[in-house]
Amino acid sequence: MSGPVLEVDGLVKHFDAGRGRRVHAVNGVSFSLAAGETLGLVGESGSGKSTIGRCVTRLLAPSGGRIRFLGQDITTLPEAACRPLRGQLQIVFQDPWSALNPRMRVGDLIAEPLLLHTPLSRGERRDRAAELARRVRLTGELLGRFPGELSGGQLQRVCIARAIATSPRVIVLDEPTSSLDLSVRAGILDLLAELRAETGTAMIFISHDLGTVKLICDRILVLYLGQVVEAAPAARLFADPAHPYAQALISAHLPADPAVAIRRHVLEGDVPSPIDLPPGCSFASRCPVAIPHCRVAAPSLAPIAEDPAHLAACLRIADGGNRIEALTHG
Amino acid sequence: MSLLAVENLHTHFIARDLDNRIRVHRALNGVSFTLDSGQVLGLVGETGAGKSLTATSILGLLRPPARVVAGRAMFDGQDLLAMDEAALNALRGRDIGLVVQSPKSSLDPLSRIGEQLIRIHRAHTTATRTEAEARAVAMLDSLGIPDPSARMRAWPHELSGGMAQRVLIALALLNAPRLLIADEPTTGLDVTVQAQILDLLRDLVRRTGVAAMVITHDLGVVAHYCDAMAVMYAGAIVESGPVAQVFARPTHPYTANLIAATPERLKLGTASTVGGSPPNLLALPEGCAYRDRCPLAGADCAVPPPTVALGAGHSVRCLRA
Repeated sequence: MSGPVLEVDGLVKHFDAGRGRRVHAVNGVSFSLAAGETLGLVGESGSGKSTIGRCVTRLLAPSGGRIRFLGQDITTLPEAACRPLRGQLQIVFQDPWSALNPRMRVGDLIAEPLLLHTPLSRGERRDRAAELARRVRLTGELLGRFPGELSGGQLQRVCIARAIATSPRVIVLDEPTSSLDLSVRAGILDLLAELRAETGTAMIFISHDLGTVKLICDRILVLYLGQVVEAAPAARLFADPAHPYAQALISAHLPADPAVAIRRHVLEGDVPSPIDLPPGCSFASRCPVAIPHCRVAAPSLAPIAEDPAHLAACLRIADGGNRIEALTHG
Repeated sequence: MSLLAVENLHTHFIARDLDNRIRVHRALNGVSFTLDSGQVLGLVGETGAGKSLTATSILGLLRPPARVVAGRAMFDGQDLLAMDEAALNALRGRDIGLVVQSPKSSLDPLSRIGEQLIRIHRAHTTATRTEAEARAVAMLDSLGIPDPSARMRAWPHELSGGMAQRVLIALALLNAPRLLIADEPTTGLDVTVQAQILDLLRDLVRRTGVAAMVITHDLGVVAHYCDAMAVMYAGAIVESGPVAQVFARPTHPYTANLIAATPERLKLGTASTVGGSPPNLLALPEGCAYRDRCPLAGADCAVPPPTVALGAGHSVRCLRA
């Protein structure tokens, strides 16, 4: 099948912060995810990455906007109707230590989605769990162990095995490698790339590690305060970020190679509170190239150089004033 | 003479198990390195390699069952490991500053940050309260904290992660130390904040000539902010040298594996660089500790590996070098 498996249109999520205040976590995010595509969501803490991941899997109820999964509108679907969908729409969390029931054996943990979503018998589930464990390169002897006896990398493989057990169309990976060591992380990324090539599952990869996102994603959305400020193919974004925030974010990435020269854009100030969002562009308070009009009118995503694949939301792009000054590192 | 010279440091965790047998975790097995003034040394390795333990051993911050069983740590000609507690207390916080991991849990939650800064300065000097306060404000200002005099009255829980980390750095630097040890100073911070903190540290080293040891597992930080690097595995430094040289010519198989596992060099779908499980410190293999995972290992690796000098301060502990 071609065409999008997941379409998100104007997604809004607010949380009640008490005393009549609201945290504006996600403010009108739209994107679509094609079959087999890996979409990266990057941004700093509080940019709304994880909230988007939890809204599209309907672990959270959106406050507004629409989410269509395989053509079906799931925005306001009641919980009971969401359950059967979750076999098709899986999520892997950041912290594998707390994502697994500590009192279930690894084999049962991997077989659990099969119990919930397939009519397989107990014996078939056991065989399939053993096969899945092999698939994520876990040795058979681990199936009888408890999560507490496994290392972080092994636990994350268990989580991935659970996520792929029902052959989902979409997997949301919420910082799946952030808590793992470098060589363990490499193994997990390798596994994900292999599974993607084999099953054609579409993935939403949430991370703040720009190096990892650049490596594994086809397309990347840069988020700031719950809004997409730039969307572009991965290579394009790293080579030529257009939005001033994307420029600063990418310039702060440190590639693990001393020979690569770094040109740094330094940002002043703090991220505004998501409780009282400023009017206009939410980045205007920290933006070195902001003009007075930026604090009044909120820019919308528009193609850059008439390239429909590369979108950015910045008023200064039209007049060419979006480039922020770089300091040479060192 | 180097400002800090650690020689053959061994730290073990010695405890009894349920059957009352003595169990020894050999956590540090002969760590040696030197650090000069004005130099930034990056100590890298995976979880459990002994990076933080090296710092806590040197500073005499170990708690039982951990114990330094052998080695010396010469700071400016004095052995830190042979010093009594009072002498160490005089050095720590004055000549040696420590920036610990997890800023939010390392500040005293019941004192305003200004109070904590004033306290650490007055503990080591004869400064009056007013003098200490002025110094603290100036320090916060130099670390790029906006409105420093107002911030002095802030409680730790009111600070963001980046701000709390800056306050910790201010605490470590307030008494103008000659040695700064930073344990994962930017882990858990956003990349833009990480860049600001690291810029700050580097400017400090350049300006004041302080020697800095940065413990990290992020090779990007090492590549761009350190002069020298030391790679740890199973409680020993397996390779060390100038950063550019180690990256250009990683000689120990573990270093090569680690550098190849960075996202920049990883080739997905080749399954080539995947490492094994971390070493069991209860039963390290004879000879080279990396023997079980090493693609180049042979029967001859069962003897302790020699230290091979590769020129320009680059050295490696491997028989195959």
